[in-house]
Amino acid sequence: QKILASRANTQPIKEALTPYNIATTYNNFYEFGYNKDDPSKNSGNFQPFPWKVEIAGEVNKPGHYDLDELLKNIDLEERIYRLRCVEAWSMVLPWIGFPLHKLLKRFEPTSRAKYVKFTSVYRPKQMPGQDSAFSTINWPYVEGLRMDEAMHPLTLIAVGLYGKNLLNQSGAPLRLVVPWKYGFKSAKSIVKIELVEQQPLNTWQQIAPNEYGFYANVNPHVDHPRWSQKEERRLPSGLFHPNIIPTRMFNGYEQVASLYKGMDLRKNF
Amino acid sequence: MPVRLRRWTIFVVALIPFAQLVYGAVYQTLGGDPAKAILLATGFWAMRFLLITLAVSPLVRYLKWRWLMPHRRMLGLFALFYGLAHLLSYYQFILGGNLAMLGEEIIKRPYILVGMPALLILIALGITSTRGWMRRLGRRWQQLHQLIYLAFILAWVHLYWQVRSSYFDAVLYGAIGLVLLSFRVRKFLIKRT
Repeated sequence: QKILASRANTQPIKEALTPYNIATTYNNFYEFGYNKDDPSKNSGNFQPFPWKVEIAGEVNKPGHYDLDELLKNIDLEERIYRLRCVEAWSMVLPWIGFPLHKLLKRFEPTSRAKYVKFTSVYRPKQMPGQDSAFSTINWPYVEGLRMDEAMHPLTLIAVGLYGKNLLNQSGAPLRLVVPWKYGFKSAKSIVKIELVEQQPLNTWQQIAPNEYGFYANVNPHVDHPRWSQKEERRLPSGLFHPNIIPTRMFNGYEQVASLYKGMDLRKNF
Repeated sequence: MPVRLRRWTIFVVALIPFAQLVYGAVYQTLGGDPAKAILLATGFWAMRFLLITLAVSPLVRYLKWRWLMPHRRMLGLFALFYGLAHLLSYYQFILGGNLAMLGEEIIKRPYILVGMPALLILIALGITSTRGWMRRLGRRWQQLHQLIYLAFILAWVHLYWQVRSSYFDAVLYGAIGLVLLSFRVRKFLIKRT
């Protein structure tokens, strides 16, 4: 019912929305398997409700909070964002959620809070990918943002997509959406939000630090070692006329550039 | 089963994965990113036909499946066929037919750089797989066609260097390849002593 009451709050975006059936069947959510269709096929046993989120670290009001409680006084909004995967494909998706800063402020971060660390759920019985002996990922999945990135008005906590609750394959019941960063920064099915002093070591950086950095800002000038980031295939993309478009700095969200003033984005990739 | 019928059966069966991809492309059942689906499928089928081809001589030797021997050439040619389909789908469906981009990517990406010689070996072996070339090359034909092992190793490295979230495929195909290579090493050692 909260989802239905959400109102549009997005600057108009000219690009067409990615069709629902593609957005919900083409997912990277390794907890459910490593093929793109695994999350939609293997997430049927996952139970996102009831859900608790632990708020911990450098805050005055830590605790375990019920999701309903977290959403009680928050207005949901719809935001249409580009999603650019580090694998050089992209989508345009209508999220429903609220800016992360509204949530963080409620728990009163202390002056020592420099970063936000997000931990995703660990339930190997419901998430077959976490049960795999061949996984390169050290579960649970961890991501992080610098405090100013987390407080930026574009940074969203999403609970819905296409006017409905998030489906399991999209990171139900709540996930991060950081539109100017590669998709893997947007942690799914979050159970813990920690305010910390030290920069967290995010999961993909643990696996391959030469390929995945902490910042992971969309940047056409810095290639991933295994593929070019100059262009992207916007899905749906036909076979004989692939929908190849140039990738934009910060995924087109230039308003975040000031966060990185004076930083060498080649080194801090 | 007469040889001719067997040959046609193997030919048709080996084309099923290709037919599935064509069907899937036409009826749009390949998921959200058909280009990637075709790229992955053709790559894995090239790998599988390489392994099937490598399995022929141990199967003939140890299980006495002599009927299989006359079909080894076609199985090898299917590895080449799916390998070429893999490269062409990368060029056309992923890079949009951008030749300059293809050249740049081959040089810049180590996993593509090792995949290319694997394919070049398969092309050379495919060309010299005819009776005429067998006659012309004589004893050296056997030596030349042992390059298939190198092609497999390069193809496996190509796969291994693309591992991201799971070692499953690299371990699976590596283990099968290792078993098949070990037959060759054994044969080689026995010959020596």
